[in-house]
Amino acid sequence: MFKTLFFFALAAASQAQLAVKADLLFTMTGDLKPIKNAIVLCNANGLIERVGPASDVKIPAGYQTLTAKVVTPGIIDAHATVGLSGILNSPKHDQEQLDKSAPIQPELRAVDAYNGRDPLVKWLRDLGVTTVHTGHAPGTLISGQLMVVKTNVPSITSMKDTLIPTSAIASTLGSGALSKSPGTRSKAIAMLRAEFLKAQSRQRKIEAAKDDPEKDAPDANLKLDTLVDILAKKIPLLINAHRHQDIASALRLREEFGFDLILDGAAEAYLLLAEIKAAKIPVIVHPTMGRPFGDMENMTFTLAAQLHKAGIPFAFQSGYETYVPKTRVVHFEAAMAAAYGLPQEAALAACTINAAKILGLADKIGSLEKGKHADLALFDGDPLETTSHTTGVIIDGKVVSSKSK
Amino acid sequence: MRPRKLLALALAPLIALPVIFSSAQETLKTDPPIAIRAFTNATIYPVSSPRIVGGTLVVQGDTILAVGPDGQVIIPEGAERIDASGKTIIPGLICTHSHIGQVAGGDSTSPIQPEVRVLDSVDVRDTSIDKARAGGVTTVNLMSGSGHLLSGQTIYLKLRKGNTIDDLSIKLPDGSLAYGVKMANGTNSIRDSGPFPGTRGKSAALVRQKFIDAQAYLEKRNEADPEEPFERDLALETLADILEGKRTVHHHTHRHDDILTVLRLKEEFGFKVILHHVSEAWKVADEIAAAKVPCSIIFLDSPGGKLEARDFEWRNGAELEKRGVLTAFHTDDPINDSRWFLRNAAIGVRAGMSRQKALEALTLSGAKMLDLEESIGSLDVGKQADFVVLSGDPFSIYTRVLETHIEGQQVFDLDDPTDRLFAEGGYGAGHNREASGCCFYR
Repeated sequence: MFKTLFFFALAAASQAQLAVKADLLFTMTGDLKPIKNAIVLCNANGLIERVGPASDVKIPAGYQTLTAKVVTPGIIDAHATVGLSGILNSPKHDQEQLDKSAPIQPELRAVDAYNGRDPLVKWLRDLGVTTVHTGHAPGTLISGQLMVVKTNVPSITSMKDTLIPTSAIASTLGSGALSKSPGTRSKAIAMLRAEFLKAQSRQRKIEAAKDDPEKDAPDANLKLDTLVDILAKKIPLLINAHRHQDIASALRLREEFGFDLILDGAAEAYLLLAEIKAAKIPVIVHPTMGRPFGDMENMTFTLAAQLHKAGIPFAFQSGYETYVPKTRVVHFEAAMAAAYGLPQEAALAACTINAAKILGLADKIGSLEKGKHADLALFDGDPLETTSHTTGVIIDGKVVSSKSK
Repeated sequence: MRPRKLLALALAPLIALPVIFSSAQETLKTDPPIAIRAFTNATIYPVSSPRIVGGTLVVQGDTILAVGPDGQVIIPEGAERIDASGKTIIPGLICTHSHIGQVAGGDSTSPIQPEVRVLDSVDVRDTSIDKARAGGVTTVNLMSGSGHLLSGQTIYLKLRKGNTIDDLSIKLPDGSLAYGVKMANGTNSIRDSGPFPGTRGKSAALVRQKFIDAQAYLEKRNEADPEEPFERDLALETLADILEGKRTVHHHTHRHDDILTVLRLKEEFGFKVILHHVSEAWKVADEIAAAKVPCSIIFLDSPGGKLEARDFEWRNGAELEKRGVLTAFHTDDPINDSRWFLRNAAIGVRAGMSRQKALEALTLSGAKMLDLEESIGSLDVGKQADFVVLSGDPFSIYTRVLETHIEGQQVFDLDDPTDRLFAEGGYGAGHNREASGCCFYR
């Protein structure tokens, strides 16, 4: 007991309390407007203690003070493959984002593949990305799980190292998921429906066993149990679909099976704004600077602006790249959307608070408010301008980068 | 027009004026008269001289007639005046390395195919060309890929509106076409089986032997009796042109050791070479500078994708600038989309380049690498009227390309619905322009 207390005291002492002074502070609360000349105090537990104008907030003695022209909440990448698709792009060595041995594999966990020491994780962290929703890539009907993790976590030593160990199951509709089988869009949907029907049947057996001590619950089955969790709305299904007919298929599947749906990519979502809005589902838009080929040939840089105008919740993603750039930088993608009609605050919100809301983490991250995680990104100018630099990054109240990048 | 010119000179202020507008008012007398257009009240970056806030650009036909501050440039009578208040005008962007237009080079039969011309593959109606115009790109070096040691002859194109490749090509004074030759080393041109090389040593040996063959061919060609028919070898002929300095080698290379291999080849065979991509330029920037070899570089949003690009850094531009190396940017489209070619200048500045050199790297430096600086690359009197009208600061992400002009012809207008579709994307943007008149989805 004494030993435990001693270590706790040591841990607390090793973490300096921080004060961050900003000429312009984007708290990403309320109307999203920034506060001029403001201070954020971070406590020794890595949480935000106080936020307000410098006139109201006194910096207590002993606090380490950082200053920056512009400060935002730590940037959140709402869908990545970083940590699984490594910098070298070398199969069997650092490419863990897709196993093509079977078309439906919801049981593949991101925590078993994530390498937080890959240089690309640091690359993103140094640029201000503090949280990534990462895991299995698009490319099969169901390719595996995603997780949410801070970019300062080098290894997954326990599920507690993640914010959410299984945050979503990655699914792909459209030509990206087609191979020998499923070889057509219709076959793909038939296969998914058949699998979900099996899961429904299993779910009934599990429920029946709960109520009836005479009945045995079915033996554990990694694959079907994960699908049951989707049906039970414990885990959302994140469906990557670009063509309008594939987006419509995703909405039909949700209608039939009643799971929580996150629409991903969604290059032609502008054709179905009313339907998406009516379904009340969020969209994680493809990288604005994604390439206009294949199912994305009709993508538009104005998609985020159109979703914003339609009142559909959305966030940005770095996505998955087979070649280069091996990871994208999510606020660069937001910046390009801002160049094509998305208001600046909405662009920043989409890679902070709105991303947190879509991931179900808005009580912990995404805005600068008392009690939330002290994750901050410091800039020497408009965070969306290419010529601005990230000058500091703070995760859980600790400075993880203080160089200008 | 004589009296007007004299008047212009009389009105010129007593301070020394840059050459760009001191003798700018000699309009051509033609029948019918060539249209003259004057863009006024603009912020103008001539690139070859300092920025002009409140400037006028006068274009006559396909040529720049005058550039200078408002009021100091006399606008000829009858000229169409276009108020460009709040807008910025820069020279047309020059992409020294692009793969738009479905360009293709050599096939998989051999690693060195100098006889292959990419001009025989280009689709001038491809939507990627419309998109490049929407990005302000006016001149490109269209190249085949890096999967060969030498994948073919490149083609330099002006992105004029045209029906055939001939309408876009650039004729040199001797009537021949402007082009270079694409070469590569490192990972991409190494393959698992012959005749492709399996190692870097083999790659270099194959290239050296071919150039030694070309030296012999060149000697034979020089000594040939002009009265007798000469038996041409398409492949060696191209390499002989390189040895004679008639063609520039555009050499894909990433890693520090591969870069030095190119410099050794240049030293041995004395050819004109531009280094392309040059991911590890920062490691051997002194050696590149000492060899006086220009670099055409790219900025990606992260390093990696392969081992040889792992150590790529944004500071390549600044390190090369510091050492006086002629540096241009390229899109490598589709690696980076031509529609945000401008963004390269902003990344260059972010990582330490000067704004001036970053703008040159989009324009004048590229023109020099393509040996076209006499006619394009800056807004100077007498040069071709290739220019881009922007909504604001060229280094700001929020700035949009509003218009693109090539040789005085507008080839992109953001206000035109079809042009806008290619500029922003949307339903139908994936299809070539010819489909636009017919199809149900418009």
